[in-house]
Amino acid sequence: MSAQLARHRNIIDFALSSLLRRKTKNISLLAVYTLIVVAIASAMLFINALKREAAAMLKDAPDMVVQKLVAGRHDLMPVSRGEVIGGITGVRGATPRLWGYYYDAVTRANYTVTVPGGGQPAAGSIYIGSAIARLTGFSHGDLMPLRTYKGESQLLQVVRVLPAEAELVSADLIVVSEKDFRELFSFPSGFATDLAVSVGNPRELATIATKIVSLFPDTRPIIKSEILRTYDAIFDWRGGMIVVMFSVAVLAFIIFAWDKASGLSAEERREIGILKSIGWETSDVLLLKFWEGAIISLTAFLCGAAMAYCHVFFFSASLFEHALKGWAVLYPQFRLAPAINAYQLTILFFLTVVPYTAATIIPSWRSATVDPDSSMR
Amino acid sequence: MRKSTIFLLVTALNLVLLLLLAVHARMGEQAAVASCTVSAGLVKEFQLTDLCLFTEARYTRHPSMADFHAPFQDHPGALDHFPSGSLVSPPCFSREGL
Repeated sequence: MSAQLARHRNIIDFALSSLLRRKTKNISLLAVYTLIVVAIASAMLFINALKREAAAMLKDAPDMVVQKLVAGRHDLMPVSRGEVIGGITGVRGATPRLWGYYYDAVTRANYTVTVPGGGQPAAGSIYIGSAIARLTGFSHGDLMPLRTYKGESQLLQVVRVLPAEAELVSADLIVVSEKDFRELFSFPSGFATDLAVSVGNPRELATIATKIVSLFPDTRPIIKSEILRTYDAIFDWRGGMIVVMFSVAVLAFIIFAWDKASGLSAEERREIGILKSIGWETSDVLLLKFWEGAIISLTAFLCGAAMAYCHVFFFSASLFEHALKGWAVLYPQFRLAPAINAYQLTILFFLTVVPYTAATIIPSWRSATVDPDSSMR
Repeated sequence: MRKSTIFLLVTALNLVLLLLLAVHARMGEQAAVASCTVSAGLVKEFQLTDLCLFTEARYTRHPSMADFHAPFQDHPGALDHFPSGSLVSPPCFSREGL
């Protein structure tokens, strides 16, 4: 056992000396390799954490939202339909939801204006999201001017700034009373944006949705599982710009690594020839090449995974911020709940460490099995 | 010191660092639950349906409430005009025919 250990340690010593002889080449390879792991692991950690947050935060979203469609587009919902839907067996209640978008020409930001089902602010008062407070400078007690759809100015007093730790759901929210909402948007009475339907038994959601569609064929019910699935689809790391960008980087790296690892230089072939001529077995040469590959790939993987964790959870994935922010003026500041998915890390390990190590061994095996004399020529 | 000893020490250090980060993640879960409770409370209070991640257009602000083909409004699978739209793929609806 100790002899085997000593053999491995001697070979690691030799492999490290060999790598250090081509210092610049190998250090640059290690740096690029680590950056690739950082990028892929960051995307995996970030998307996984966002999916978890979405599922945890939206668990209390309405059981079902019913929209009215006109010519394939979302239209205003007559409140009277809520009473009919509320009468369907299994439905606990159908509450009209009033919400819409307000474009602020001064800050060039889009706000979401909403009226809560219960506990509305008093007329003339509003609650604002903390990102709006940060952007506009309005705080508790200030009067916020909004321009109504009639072109008049509407002054509303900020009575509550929504908590900063909830920015991921409320950064751009302006919560108003129903009276102010209808005044702001000249919203017709007797209509709502859509209906929030609560159901006693979640298993009946699909049946109730079918009943609603048969009663009102021009409606579109969206059940909670679909809302959650939408977020799964959005964050699914298979179809993201980040991953597409990184795939290009990965492909470039694969070509680079394959070229480096598979095409042994004349110097390396000569080195193998000399080692064999002084008595090294083919298995020793392969072990040496295995350790050369493993030293680089293992170090890159371990450093890259740790750096990715720090990037996502300590620095709020700042490298992805621009991709996520897009053209938006308002962007929530949020810290994701740290989470390490062992399954994903294992996949990343097998995708990064194993192929590189294998790519190092195979050409060396070819070179190590030929006659040392011809290798040295 | 032998080079192999330095390498093994660095690798062990990296492994310990990863383990410490895993412990940090475990401990951070408690704090995250508290912050998540605040957000979930607002979702319930204001009957919210979406995360406020992309505020540039209505179909990126409320992807689950957007029109059927949004964010690929021109036709399903069409590339989106907004940068964040490229992160959004069409949602899959199971109850076809409704």
